Amino acid sequence: MLRKEKKMSKLQLITKGLIKENPTFVLMLGMCPTLGTTTSAINGLGMGVATMFVLTLSNIVISLVKNVIPGKVRIPAFIVIIASFVTVVQLVMQAYTPGLYATLGVFIPLIVVNCIILGRAEAFASKNGVLASAFDGIGIGLGFTCSLTLLGTVREMLGSGSIFGAKFIDGDGILLFVLAPGAFFALGYLLVLFNKLTAKLK
Amino acid sequence: MESTLKNMVLTLFVITLVASTAVGFVYKVTEGPIAASEVAKTSNALAQVLPAFDNDPSSEKQEVEQDGLPVIVYTAKSGDQIVGYAVETRTSKGFGGEIVLLVGFKPDGEIVKIETLKHSETPGLGDKIESKKSDFSVQFCGKNPADFKLLVKKDGGDVDAITASTISSRAFSDAVLRGYNALMTLTGGQINSVSGATSSAENPANESDDAQKGEENE
Repeated sequence: MLRKEKKMSKLQLITKGLIKENPTFVLMLGMCPTLGTTTSAINGLGMGVATMFVLTLSNIVISLVKNVIPGKVRIPAFIVIIASFVTVVQLVMQAYTPGLYATLGVFIPLIVVNCIILGRAEAFASKNGVLASAFDGIGIGLGFTCSLTLLGTVREMLGSGSIFGAKFIDGDGILLFVLAPGAFFALGYLLVLFNKLTAKLK
Repeated sequence: MESTLKNMVLTLFVITLVASTAVGFVYKVTEGPIAASEVAKTSNALAQVLPAFDNDPSSEKQEVEQDGLPVIVYTAKSGDQIVGYAVETRTSKGFGGEIVLLVGFKPDGEIVKIETLKHSETPGLGDKIESKKSDFSVQFCGKNPADFKLLVKKDGGDVDAITASTISSRAFSDAVLRGYNALMTLTGGQINSVSGATSSAENPANESDDAQKGEENE
């Protein structure tokens, strides 16, 4: 996988996150925020964007300092860098977008333990240049955002009968899909669909 | 890079130092806006639940404790006249934990409006306590707890519970009652007409605790 990445163009770095290395549907990373936050499309989108932001910044910084960090303490060092960016995102959101913070606030600290971020730091940013790492962060982040928005949209449509808050049926939908078990159902069926579609591409 | 004790300690020290400085800097920058948005949030909610006022209720707040939980009472004035009270009240009896409400009262104890500030009730069921999700909280508007029993109908009160969310409805009523009692205790001298109802409203609330243990309806 790494040998292939070295030859990738910048565009490929971005697009691979969407399909070939989609963090949710292919790598199956970061399942906790994926299942927890996607009760509506807007929540999924917000979580995805916040994660993409942190992922891109932490990838850049980690790839900058990769040569001065001793191997044995690289994980604590990465976590400190990631946690700092998460705290910054949390403070900035709280200050300038209080509405979004009210919905997503409790999930923001969870980004620290999102394995996508540490995973990309370890697998990509600590072995590649700054620019490539930045594009990798954007690509994987975009893939994560799209998957979360998709999952959120599906759950919102089935569970609340609305898309991005706009109602299209009267009353409630199938409540189960907004609750925790619905997250697993929706993700499972989306996985089937995603694999079916991408199998044809290959 | 080769790991030695010296370079490991040094690297981690430098990284944590830089990181904490950066976070501290961002904290300083965002401190003001965060405080401002908190104030805006409170005054928005206050304006929603209170009749027209021209003072700054958030500067005239009193904190009291009612049945072990804190209750904050904001006083709204127009000129020197007290036009109402907004009571920030909470309960721990919600289905998903704590529910925090802001209840607007007229000086005579009549409920103006109720806004839900914080809750973690089940989406689609218990979250109907939010005024924008259903009309549940509207039934309290214009009612005076002195003659409106703050218990769900199942427990012998006057509150129409949300279908399939009796526990959330009970908790909501409990929080409103707590806020009302706190306000009555605080302003007892001024509002003689209804202060007598406080104790009689309190007793059935305690009985409902026992009823709640047996039934899990949500």
